This record gives sequence, structure tokens and C-alpha cells, in this order.
Amino acid sequence: MSQYSNQDQEPSYLKYQGKYKGILGWIFSTDHKRIGLLYLYSIMTFFIIGAILGLLMKLELIAPGETIMGAEEYNAVFTLHGITMIFLIVIPGVPAILGNFLLPIMIGAKDVAFPRLNLLSWWIYILGAIVAISSQFMGQGPPDTGWTFYAPYSYQAQSNVLAAVLGAFILGFSSILTGLNFIVTMHRMRAPGMTWFKMPLFPWALYGTAWIQILATPVLGITLLLVVAERTLNIGFFNPALGGDPLLYQHLFWIYSHPAVYIMILPGMGIISEILPTFSRKPIFGYRAIVISTLLIAFVGYFVWGHHMFTAGMSGTALFAFSFLTFLVAIPSAIKVFNWLATMYKGSIMLRTPFYWGASFLFMFMVGGLTGLVLGSLATNVHVHDTAFVVAHFHFIIFGGLGFAFFGGIHYWFPKIFGRMYDERWANLGWVTFMVGFLFLYGTMFYLGIAGMPRRYFDYLPEYHTGNVISSLGAIVMVTGLAIIIINLIISARHGEKAPKDPWGGQTLEWQVDSPPTKENFHEIPTVQ
Amino acid sequence: MATEQVVQHQEEYDREIPKLGMWLFIFTELLFFGGLFLVYTVYRFENPKAFHFAAEELDVTIGTVNTIILLVSSATIAMSMTAIQKKQQRNTFLLLLVTFLLGVVFLVNKSFEWLEKFEHGHYPGSETLQSLGHGDTLFYGLYFAMTGLHALHVVIGVILIIVVMVKVKKGLITGERYALLENSGLYWHLVDIIWIFLFPLFYLVT
Repeated sequence: MSQYSNQDQEPSYLKYQGKYKGILGWIFSTDHKRIGLLYLYSIMTFFIIGAILGLLMKLELIAPGETIMGAEEYNAVFTLHGITMIFLIVIPGVPAILGNFLLPIMIGAKDVAFPRLNLLSWWIYILGAIVAISSQFMGQGPPDTGWTFYAPYSYQAQSNVLAAVLGAFILGFSSILTGLNFIVTMHRMRAPGMTWFKMPLFPWALYGTAWIQILATPVLGITLLLVVAERTLNIGFFNPALGGDPLLYQHLFWIYSHPAVYIMILPGMGIISEILPTFSRKPIFGYRAIVISTLLIAFVGYFVWGHHMFTAGMSGTALFAFSFLTFLVAIPSAIKVFNWLATMYKGSIMLRTPFYWGASFLFMFMVGGLTGLVLGSLATNVHVHDTAFVVAHFHFIIFGGLGFAFFGGIHYWFPKIFGRMYDERWANLGWVTFMVGFLFLYGTMFYLGIAGMPRRYFDYLPEYHTGNVISSLGAIVMVTGLAIIIINLIISARHGEKAPKDPWGGQTLEWQVDSPPTKENFHEIPTVQ
Repeated sequence: MATEQVVQHQEEYDREIPKLGMWLFIFTELLFFGGLFLVYTVYRFENPKAFHFAAEELDVTIGTVNTIILLVSSATIAMSMTAIQKKQQRNTFLLLLVTFLLGVVFLVNKSFEWLEKFEHGHYPGSETLQSLGHGDTLFYGLYFAMTGLHALHVVIGVILIIVVMVKVKKGLITGERYALLENSGLYWHLVDIIWIFLFPLFYLVT
């Protein structure tokens, strides 16, 4: 440190010269901020691939019959779209990118509890991604089971399911280690004076998420291993011919994969809880209620997996219990929505890009949430089960919820991460285009689903044509918006105006450190009163 | 600058951090096995008779011996913790050596047991097993999946103990800093406790 005697000139984490130079200084860096960016670049790369696959599916559906691909290619494409989007993007997504970057700074720490383990998580992530993607090019052709790998098809299919399943298994480790790291960091490394109930809401959301990551992911791990055993050793657990039960696979799978939905959405809620108070110039309304509802969602989320299986064959008692519990989860989610609305009420609102994303999140999330209740009640579920309605609901929650929150968050913290401002006009144009496209794309699918169009088919009856054309055109508009957003951010990261420490008047600790932060974040660990 | 950092880190060293991390990892492991225990519960409930007769085929003597071995090894690794806290490097090393040897003996016993089952054609996917019926297929499937996964954990534990032994010899694990030894101990207890559940489920409850 002697060569930088003046503290103000201490180099930022982006310029800091460590043991290695160039790219090695990144891929072997244990700095939580650099790891956050490693995740950002790798996840955005996969996201672009996943989005292109989604667009291809929508182009196929622009007209009935075979348009640009046949049935088998379509199955392979929706499987790969699901695997990349779920396992490579939305599950690691916000915790790995924004969580890694911000969590230590927001709680006043120099790094996470296990910096080397953190780097290892990224490497495991890359390994898992390579194995999962390799399934496309090796063996008997790309997997076509859907991202859920349902038995019996997943062990009977001749396609290369094994690599995809192993990839998802490896990615699980990365997720577990990140969660473990975050929990220990929050328990032991909060700055002096930062009691649990003074911790900002984004770290709180990550805390709830981390518990789900470490307690639910292993169940998926063992389930996927059993599919491997089924395929290689013929062990028989999910094979009725050997006495097993395919339904058991669905239970085990959703015991993880439903809580995983909350791994996806909780961090998004955390971002919104940071953005809205800052841009409303008001403290968050009902801080404790939001914290408690976060923990409640994480907890109750474990007991609702059965609502994915209402038509799969369960006892009436189980159906009622799962439906009731599903409705229970809606309560803490609604508490959050009311708190966010009350936060904006009588605030002096700054209409900036992150706020637009935050406000539109509320709308998307409410549509997604309320349609979730349509799926959670037994009678209506039977009607819309496995239709486009489910796809629309799911994308409203994950893409409209988590996706919008992520884009809001990346604009909100962009000045902190890169030390430069993004171009506001292009950012707003990107947001409008994206949102309009989004509403046409997925909004129409609610109608198609109610009208009875099943999901996961490359073809459909002529009466669904109009709806599909609107939906596909929406997809094109949305992808255009996405391109505007991403290109604007890339250009701004290099050429944007220099950002001050606190461009928004944010109150949390990350706005008190330099933009971009120095390697150690703080010259001195702050004390919170 | 490098030395400066080391000093800084030692000042901030928080014993609880590695321990808490290990406990969380143990929760993960428990749920990992939890999935298999769930499968066991379901299939035992569905095939009570077949599970009853198949369980009688397993050798209770070897199972009991292995249980005693693991319990003793848990005690020795716990004693090595006390030894390192009292700064008795030599005793720590010897106790770890005993733990290591017990772990190996467990694996040897296990492999004899497995080999015997293979000779009788009792392995996943075999025709003998399928001719016995669904219940036996599932029982032996579970037996190999659960004891196999457990054995894999024993192997990892044994490797960990070797690493710890080397570090104790080199003086890298001392009376002041013994997080790795403590965490390996915790891991070894986990391996032990999973066996404590596997043993009655497969050998004793008939």
C-alpha cells in the first residue's frame, strides 16, 4: 500500500493489480466484486443464448405446422431453453452477481467469509455449465425431456440426458456453496452496530434465499443422482417394471424445485425493497413486516411442492393440504406488495430508470401472483394444467418479477459497479420496448392457455393462430428491447459519465464507498448507530 | 504488503466462521441423505414383507462390528481434538492414525460384504434380483445406493484425515489454529451418525 500514500488515489477493484495480470487477475481473483462480475459476464452470455432459444420457439409458433423446426428439434430447444434459463441463469443469477458484489459492502465487511470458496463456486458453476451444454453435442443427440427430467422418460430416452442431469447436479454444488458462504458472512461479519434488524433488505432477502439454497438443493442433488443410477445401473426406484414409482420422482423433484422458485424470486424482492425507498425519498414502509414475510416465504415455500402435481395422482387430503398451503404463501407476498405501495405513497418520486423497472415489477409480479392462485386452486388448475397459461404465469413471475428486478438492480447499482453512469434515454427506451413486448408476448399466452392450447408442442390448431402471431411479434419487440438495454449498458460501462459516490441519494452503506469501490471496500470498517 | 495482510487477517481471525460453515455443510449433507431416507420410507411402507425377509439376509455380525468400529473412531477423533487443544502434537497424530486405520478397516469389511452380495447375484439390475420380485429389487437397490453413498463419504473422510495428519506433522495445525482438524472431526461424526441410522434400517429392523 506504500506506493499509494494518498488514500484517495487508492486504485479501484477494477484496476487493482494483484498477483496475476490480465484475465488471470480475474479468473483467479478471490475479491467478491470481481467474482460478482465474473458471474455477470458468464450469466449474461448464457442469458443471451437462452433468449435466442426462446425467440426461436416463438418463431416456430408464429404459424401452425412446421415453420422453422420440426417436433424433435422443438423438444430439444425447449429443453435447452429451460435448462439454461433455470439452472444457469435465474437460480444463480441475482445472489451470484449482485449478491456477491453488494452483500459484503452493504453489511460493512471487506469480503465474504470464505473468499476462496467463493471463487471455487464460480469454477464449479463453469464446470457444470460446460457439462450441461456438452449434452447438446455428445452422445445420442440433445436431451428432449424438458428441464424437469420427469421419469420414466428421463431414464428411457435415448437422447443424452445423462450429461444434462450431471450438469444440473454439479451446478447445485455451486449454489449450495454460495448460500453457505452468505449465511456465514451475515452471521459473523456485520459491521459493529449493524444488528440483524438494521441490516438492509437486500441482504435479508439473500439470507432467506441462502437457507433455501443449502437446505433444498441437496434433495435435487440426490434425485438427479438417482436418475443417473436408473440410467446406468437400472436401480429401479422410478421404474414401475422393477417396482419403483415415477410419481416419487415428481415429489422428490418438486421438493427442491418449488423452493427453488423462491430462490429465484426472493432476491428480486430484495432489490425492489432497496430501489423503491431510494427513488421515493422515503424510508421503506414496514421494514420488519418485509423481513418477517421474507422468512415466512422461505419457510412455507418448502411445503407447497405438491401444487405442481395436482393432476398427477395424489390423495384428496394431500390435494387440499397443498392447495391450502399454496394460498398461505400468497399472504406474505401480498404483505410485501402493500409495503412497497405504502413506501411510494406520498413520496417525492424520482422518475429514473431503476424506478421504472421497480414500478413495472410491481405490476408484473401482481399479475404473476394472482394467476398463481388460479393455478393453486384445485378446480381451475385441472382446466389450465400444462397449458400456455402455466407458461405465462411462470414467465410473469420469473421474468416479469425476477427479470425486471434484476434489470432495475443492474441500472441502480451500475454507477457503483462500473463507476460510470448509463445513458438514461437509451435505458428508458429499452425499458419501454422491453415491457411492451413482454406484455404482448406473455399476456397473450394467458388467453391461449384458457382457450386450451397445451404447452410444449411445436404445432397448434388453427383457432390459436391469431393469439400466437401476437405473442410471437411481442417476442420480437421484447428481444429488441433487450438488445437496446444490453448494448446501452456495455457502451456506458466504457464511455459513460463518471459517477459520484452516491448518485441517487441512497442510504445504505454501499453508497458511502467509492464508485467503483476500492479492493478492500472500506478504508476503515464503518460503525452503524 | 503480503506480511501486512497476514497480520491483519490473524487479528480478525474468527474461530466461529469455519465451524459455522461446516455445520451448514452438514445440514446440506443430511438433506442429501434425507432424500434417500424418504425413498426408503416409501418403499418399506409399500413392501413390508419383502423388506422383512431381505433384511434377514444381511450379516448382522459384520454390521455390528462396523458400527463399533465407527463409534470408536468417532471417539478417537474427538480425543485428537482435545489433544491438539492441549498442544500434544504427538498424541494428536497418533489418535488421528487410529481413526484413519479404523476407517480403512470399516471399508475393508464393507467391501467383503458387498462382494458376497455380488456373488449371490444380489446387485442392482441383476436377473437373480428381478426374479425375486419388486420388494427385493428395491431393498437391494436402496442397500447399495445408501451404503454406497455412505462408503463414498467414508473414503472422503479418510482422505481428509490423511491431509490433517500431514498438516499436524508439518506443524500447520496447532493448538491455536485447528479449524481443519475440528471440521474434519465434525465431518467424521456426520459419517458416523448416518451409519447409526443405516445400521438399524437395513440390519436390525426385520
